[in-house]
Amino acid sequence: MITKEDVEHIGWLARIEINEQETVEYMEKLNSVLEYFGQIDELPTEDVAPTYHVAEIYNVFREDMVEECLPQEIVLTNTEHKQDGAFRVPKIG
Amino acid sequence: MAKWMSVAQIKEKIGESSAEEVTASYLEVIGKSKINGYVTVSDKALEQAKKIDVEGHDGPLAGVPIAIKDNISVVGLPNSCGSKILEGYVPPFNAHVIEKLLAAGAVVLGKTNMDEFAMGSSTETSHFGPTANPWDLERVPGGSSGGSAAVVAAGEAPFALGSDTGGSVRCPAAFCGVVGLKPTYGAVSRYGVVAYANSLEQVGPLANNVEDIAVLMDVIAGYDRKDSTSIDSKTEYRKALVDDVKGLKIGIPQEFFGEGIHPDVEKAVWNAIHKYESLGATWKEVSMPNIKYALASYYIIAMSEASSNLARFDGTRYGFRESGENWHTMVSKTRAEGFGTEVKRRILLGTYALSAGYHDKYYLKALKVRTLVKQDFDKALSAVDLLMAPTMPNPAFRIGEKIEDPLTLYLSDVNTCPINLAGVPSISVPCGFTDGLPIGLQIMGKPFDEPTVLRAAYTFEQNTDYHIKRPPEVA
Repeated sequence: MITKEDVEHIGWLARIEINEQETVEYMEKLNSVLEYFGQIDELPTEDVAPTYHVAEIYNVFREDMVEECLPQEIVLTNTEHKQDGAFRVPKIG
Repeated sequence: MAKWMSVAQIKEKIGESSAEEVTASYLEVIGKSKINGYVTVSDKALEQAKKIDVEGHDGPLAGVPIAIKDNISVVGLPNSCGSKILEGYVPPFNAHVIEKLLAAGAVVLGKTNMDEFAMGSSTETSHFGPTANPWDLERVPGGSSGGSAAVVAAGEAPFALGSDTGGSVRCPAAFCGVVGLKPTYGAVSRYGVVAYANSLEQVGPLANNVEDIAVLMDVIAGYDRKDSTSIDSKTEYRKALVDDVKGLKIGIPQEFFGEGIHPDVEKAVWNAIHKYESLGATWKEVSMPNIKYALASYYIIAMSEASSNLARFDGTRYGFRESGENWHTMVSKTRAEGFGTEVKRRILLGTYALSAGYHDKYYLKALKVRTLVKQDFDKALSAVDLLMAPTMPNPAFRIGEKIEDPLTLYLSDVNTCPINLAGVPSISVPCGFTDGLPIGLQIMGKPFDEPTVLRAAYTFEQNTDYHIKRPPEVA
């Protein structure tokens, strides 16, 4: 069972601000989904390997060469918050 | 001009008149739309068509219009993913599939509505409001590629691209009475498609007939070095369109006909199976015992991947930004305001499933269940050529009916999401109606055996007339 404190903690981890009322709502909805997820516990999987993806591909490499990429001014066109060729954000702390 | 045309008919029409005229006629139909299928109509479509007329083009889709789901990047057109958080974002690059389409001469009509970040089965979670089902305007078109399926069904585009993470092409195809294919994982590049759950999703075509699905696959499939899960299968899709299923072995997995299935859906699917039998195929029941755990496994994996993928939406480089006194507050407020409720729920659940203390219980366990589901498919498909089942257990539900309870909505994906865990190809084709609402038959095949899946779908279509029925409300 997820508690109110758990919702606050995962909200912090996921960087999503959650107010008091939403915390309770999320707690209820998330618990009903987690209860459903719990059914996989009954399946024994001790000797089963996990499948991360189904493509039979491992380690796709290319030469470490500089290739054509988007120009800086184009990359910056999607925000108003920029300065001296960089994205501008508030201070971290 | 006829409202519902195949690609072959459109090419004929372009020959008689012009690409500009064909595109103009689609734009006119779109202008009168009752379904809210498009979120952006391209202001460059006519210009693009005119250019094809003036300069000539020998591509397989020269001048043929197409609709694109709003999570597939097209230079110059907003790419919102149905979300407020991408407000104002215009991609500076094309998705690989768009490069292929443009090289083939296709004209992009616009971007279609979808569940926010492809998270949903009803297209109701879109920031732009729900899309209506052309067969009943009070019902959902399915999702998450609901806009793409609805515009094809309504004659507002001859065909469209969607994306399918857990059924997002096949569900709306079934609900809207069109054809929709989820290709084998790796068959179509995901480069330039906004990621929801990378290990599960594929771009897939939606059309009014199987031939146009194959035509589109011949254009968009193939190796792309920019997608590290891309596989060069060298499949020729159109060549697979043969009206013959003699000797084909079909498996019927009982687990796909579970509790809660609508009796008319069950009946329509069995009628289809008997149709195949009358055409020379054989069928037998097969068992896939782990399928009942697929839905939980799918949602845990999809949400976990989503929690990581959607971390990039932080208000820094594009889209909506809320102000805050420091970086953490700015990002937390931006994401609180920019994401809708369902997206936030999935990010929170995914974050929880990956967090210290719960990773093994949820995420790792789900990946192990995935292995067992995949083994079920491998085993079943070693004894038969194809599997057949209902795409959706029920026809399209009413707008607003399920949106308040996430679990009820998740349960509607029970027959589509196992396929994404296994990565196999699967198509939904129209196979009947109940109270005027379409029913979809799902045909699943071995990895990269789209030719057999398409052959079976094509043969069914050649011997039935469900695919030529049109929704009366938009006719």
